Amino acid sequence: MIITSDISKSYGESTVVDGVSLSLPKGGITSIIGPNGAGKSTLLSMVSRLMAMDKGSVTVDGLDVSKTPGDVLARRLSILRQDNHMTARLTVHDLVSFGRYPYSKGRLNADDKVHIDEAIGYLDLTALSGRFLDELSGGQRQRAFVAMVLCQDTDYVLLDEPLNNLDMKHAMGMMKLLQRAASELGKTVVLVLHDINFASWYSDHIVAMKHGKVAAQGPVGEMIKPDVLSSIYEMDIAVHEIAGQRISVYYG
Amino acid sequence: MRILLLAFLATLILAFISLFVGVSDVSLPALLSGTADLRATEIFFISRVPRTLALMLAGASMAIAGLVMQMVVRNRFVEPSTAGTSESAALGFLVVTLLAPEWPLMAKMAVSALFALGGTALFLRILRAVPLRDVLLVPLVGIMLGGVIGAVSAFIAYRTNLMASLLAWNMGDFSGVLRGRYELLWLGLAGGILAYIAADRFTVAGMGKDFTTNLGLNYKRVMVLGLVIVSVVSAVVLVSVGSIPFLGLIVPNLVSLVVGDNMRRTVPWVAVGGAGFVLACDIVGRLIRFPYEIPIAVVMGVVGSAVFLYLLLRTPRHAS
Repeated sequence: MIITSDISKSYGESTVVDGVSLSLPKGGITSIIGPNGAGKSTLLSMVSRLMAMDKGSVTVDGLDVSKTPGDVLARRLSILRQDNHMTARLTVHDLVSFGRYPYSKGRLNADDKVHIDEAIGYLDLTALSGRFLDELSGGQRQRAFVAMVLCQDTDYVLLDEPLNNLDMKHAMGMMKLLQRAASELGKTVVLVLHDINFASWYSDHIVAMKHGKVAAQGPVGEMIKPDVLSSIYEMDIAVHEIAGQRISVYYG
Repeated sequence: MRILLLAFLATLILAFISLFVGVSDVSLPALLSGTADLRATEIFFISRVPRTLALMLAGASMAIAGLVMQMVVRNRFVEPSTAGTSESAALGFLVVTLLAPEWPLMAKMAVSALFALGGTALFLRILRAVPLRDVLLVPLVGIMLGGVIGAVSAFIAYRTNLMASLLAWNMGDFSGVLRGRYELLWLGLAGGILAYIAADRFTVAGMGKDFTTNLGLNYKRVMVLGLVIVSVVSAVVLVSVGSIPFLGLIVPNLVSLVVGDNMRRTVPWVAVGGAGFVLACDIVGRLIRFPYEIPIAVVMGVVGSAVFLYLLLRTPRHAS
């Protein structure tokens, strides 16, 4: 379980995350949604210790993220941010291999190699594994990054906008894969998502943020409702039930 | 792997040539059969062997220093001479030469390395204050900083009649290498080996701060380790033979084009490439107006800027 207690972050005058206390359940997929500038990415960065918080604390399965040694945490929790600008010229295989760094410290054993091949296979990158990242399309690169994070084999996988750069087919494939990781491997997946329909279709739990605070949270059935969504996004959103799933329609 | 072996052999051949290029007549058969006169044998062991070793050590360690710097700064175009590091090392050496001329060379080198570290830290501090993301602006800032530090050195040297020494330090030249006057360079090799041992950390750091933290490494510590290696190598080379521009930039970039940036794989390439490139440039400098010599820094500057231009012109495709 990830517990944040009253965490805040400000840049100068503006408070981006304002006293958020949350407990994210273990297992399943939790999606964080909300309008631009609601503080979703900042929250995820603080939970994953990429960013220091101004106040409050975060624990992951009881480990305080700001006090636990980095390599211990790296075997529990992995994070992928959006807009990964990589100047190093690595092959897909090299990149994914570095996902094993917290375990192997660079000396890969047979077990590491199994994980690497599995992760590459999961994301359908086997044919590209010898290619350099700067020779790939944006979507392929994004899949390679996700493969690296999965290869890290942590209980908690945090992804900031993992569907960026992906076309419909690969976006759907990515969400299915995360669902499988959650159900088969027992991983806890926490995502920041922009597309509320993806969130509705694939999540178990949804957290909505607005102005740096948690506006609402709960299971999909309680969250994907016209009144809840309309107040979060400040626009009219209709919700229809299609094939047993809730789909929002907001195209005026 | 086979190509690497070939490159290694080519470097050995260059080293062999370097042993037998010079004004004095030293021939291999005479040395082997023991019929060489005493003078030729002495020249061989006191001048030629040390010079060739110095070339290889300085070349390999300087190229590795450039590679490490490019990884930790995350920019293809930084190396000790485009980040204020070499100039700071020269300033440090000048200051310690003035204030404590009786100190042993090792201690002077240490002071020079400390200055190099400080200058590089200043460079990184400036980069943080100027949030520019353009690949080419980063080395430009470094070159400007180097210019300012160089001006301070020139001012001090001018006032203290040390201009000639300063010029010699800034202009790498192996003609003065003799037995007993190059051994410090082995320390540079030690830096290179350390870089190889920590290669995976530097590759991870080259992926950026967030990736590094995610993989459980302390980003700051990796940075500091890298900069210490770079500073010590720069200072060692500067103090022994004078600074060699462009080397740390060209070799790692050419290697990166072929083998990529996984340092575990590239360090041997960069070491062999650096040694071979320096040997070649030095041999050219010795032959071009035989029996006189052109300092290697000049040859390297000419060849280096041509390769640098080539790398710059193909940047848009590569650096995006």
